[in-house]
Amino acid sequence: MKYIDEFRDGELARSIARRIGAEVQAGRSYNLMEFCGGHTHAISRYGIKDLLPSNVNMIHGPGCPVCVLPIGRIDNAIRLATENKAIVATYADTMRVPASGGLSLMKAKARGADIRMVYSAADALKIAQDNPAREVVFFAIGFETTTPPTAIVIRQARALDLRNFSVFCNHVLTPSAITHILESPEVRELGTVPLDGFIGPAHVSTVIGSQPYEYFAEEYQRPVVIAGFEPLDVMQAILMLVRQLNDGRAEVENEFTRAVTREGNEKAKALVAEVFELRRSFEWRGLGEVPYSALRIKDAYAGFDAERRFGITYRSVADNKACECGAILRGVRKPTDCKVFGTVCTPENPIGSCMVSSEGACAAHYTYGRFKDVGIRTAAGTPARDGTPRGAVMP
Amino acid sequence: MSAVKKDYVRPVDFRHGRVDMTHGGGGRAMAQLIDELFAANFANEWLAQGNDGAVFSAPAGRMVIATDSHVVSPLFFPGGDIGCLSVHGTLNDVAMAGARPLYLAASFILEEGFPLADLKRIVESMAHAARDAGVPIVTGDTKVVEQGKGDGVFITTTGFGVVPPGIEISGDRARPGDAILVSGTIGDHGVAIMSLRENLSFETTIESDTAALHGLVAAMIEAVPSIRCLRDPTRGGLGTTLNEFARQSGVGMLIREAAIPVKAQVNAACEFLGLDPLYVANEGKLIAICPGADAGRLLAVMRGHARGADAAIIGEVVADAHRFVQMETAFGGRRVVDWLTGEQLPRIC
Repeated sequence: MKYIDEFRDGELARSIARRIGAEVQAGRSYNLMEFCGGHTHAISRYGIKDLLPSNVNMIHGPGCPVCVLPIGRIDNAIRLATENKAIVATYADTMRVPASGGLSLMKAKARGADIRMVYSAADALKIAQDNPAREVVFFAIGFETTTPPTAIVIRQARALDLRNFSVFCNHVLTPSAITHILESPEVRELGTVPLDGFIGPAHVSTVIGSQPYEYFAEEYQRPVVIAGFEPLDVMQAILMLVRQLNDGRAEVENEFTRAVTREGNEKAKALVAEVFELRRSFEWRGLGEVPYSALRIKDAYAGFDAERRFGITYRSVADNKACECGAILRGVRKPTDCKVFGTVCTPENPIGSCMVSSEGACAAHYTYGRFKDVGIRTAAGTPARDGTPRGAVMP
Repeated sequence: MSAVKKDYVRPVDFRHGRVDMTHGGGGRAMAQLIDELFAANFANEWLAQGNDGAVFSAPAGRMVIATDSHVVSPLFFPGGDIGCLSVHGTLNDVAMAGARPLYLAASFILEEGFPLADLKRIVESMAHAARDAGVPIVTGDTKVVEQGKGDGVFITTTGFGVVPPGIEISGDRARPGDAILVSGTIGDHGVAIMSLRENLSFETTIESDTAALHGLVAAMIEAVPSIRCLRDPTRGGLGTTLNEFARQSGVGMLIREAAIPVKAQVNAACEFLGLDPLYVANEGKLIAICPGADAGRLLAVMRGHARGADAAIIGEVVADAHRFVQMETAFGGRRVVDWLTGEQLPRIC
């Protein structure tokens, strides 16, 4: 595949790996958080950890839109379908996220709720056009990347005078989440979570640009390298972060220059500003209430706001006590630190949201990386690639 | 001159007619549909006898029976339709035991209102596939459900076959050191179906690989009778089939991503749909496991057959009490190829 394979070239990867290996300083560790689930997925799927020196640690961040959705918002979406009898159109990833009462959108659908999977906001609009007698609600989730398409359908719905269409807005903002992590006591005061630098978002940055991250680099003295979601992008970004840390720099650098500018996409930003405004506060799973971290629909488009149309009231629901998703989303714990990981909580029966989306830290580790926890031997008796036995090596 | 008029039956209207409840009612309309459509197309001595079951003499040896229901949507897709798919699917399940398929049975659930023209196309396609395979459809059944209670047509086929002496093929026989082979490019069927789904339509020239594989299997077991496992990776694709083998045999697998044949178009479609070709369905491919020492010979035989021209050795069976299927990525790392979670695409076959 042209323009894809170039970014997955194993030879190039090994040469970058050699450079990283040569440049890391022995005796210090490099604790890097990849903010986005897209990076988490690439790291697991391509086995990037196998190519890194042992003192480069990757910490998974909260940038998985499904993972940060609190239970209460899913409950709201389910009630729109079950109590308000609306057709709820949703991205597939949210279908299996556990909600209250043992439900999920998938289970509610099996009980007769009209919940339909869509690939885009435009598909949801089409459902509304095709079902004029029914209320159709688009369950809008995601970071800055998926916000402009939601803004477009809201504008289209108004232009079409489509009165049976509304949006349940759950769009959240990246910069406020990063601030929240850096401000958290674990990072700021206790130092229990060493966090030396960030791999900055790829797709989000195509919209908001690299400028919003300049504040973190300066205020918190942490380097940020914006990187694409291809595995070579991630490798290159790690090398750039290692170099910044070695030099004592804390700057915003852009590895993803093929798509990201400093200003971002002005047209998309204007569109979002026309339709949405900041919420004073929004609950994130794992992070709790985060001030000014999400968007809601402006008064001018109130008719298309499902929260107003159906009088939705939000009720916070506590996570399952055994579930460590919250701490995992903050980078405080690893999936394997969680007691229920891989036992009670599996991709088939997720307890927490990190086990649901393929971008979630737990699902990515369970699906692609869990053999590392047990260690294996091939028939020839050679140990697993990195040669470091972790746990019991099976005969 | 006789006072009794000659029997006159108006032929079934295969141009404009539609299935109605009488076609499943057991009366004249049903008998006529069976005669003019099913018996006429499947034409063989067993159907001609008009009995509810087919009587045949069983050959000596071990018999295989396999059954498969087909609910694919859409019914017609690039490279095939539910008719030929329902023949190939069951023939392949019989063949994967190393058997020579002998007879097929077919059962239809028709939805009231379904165009008879479409039904005729489907039955002709089945008849063609069965003739090509040299396996007659010797008995069948037709039921009709009310509109809204089905989706056009569902077809269940059952196949019988006989296993040649000395052949022991089963998913629980993989041993460390065995080689893993695939008969060609993966993911073609799934991508062809996906390209037609209403909310997903994209243009591609990829066609379904639906095909009967018993000819290929016969050539393989003749040359390499030591083959241990055979399976066609349909729903769930290559990744799922390897996990099934690993679980049944109590072993691990190690495959190399770079060795797995995938068409560039399939790769591209999977890329933008966010799918992994390892889990996309196939309908004309098989996975074979044989002792490592026989792998080269088996590969040559497969490549010499039209259905295995793109065959490749993709990895080996390893000892692993955890029964993980692992893959060396083309990128240079290693990862688990896990069981599929949920469903990648409903009603693929």
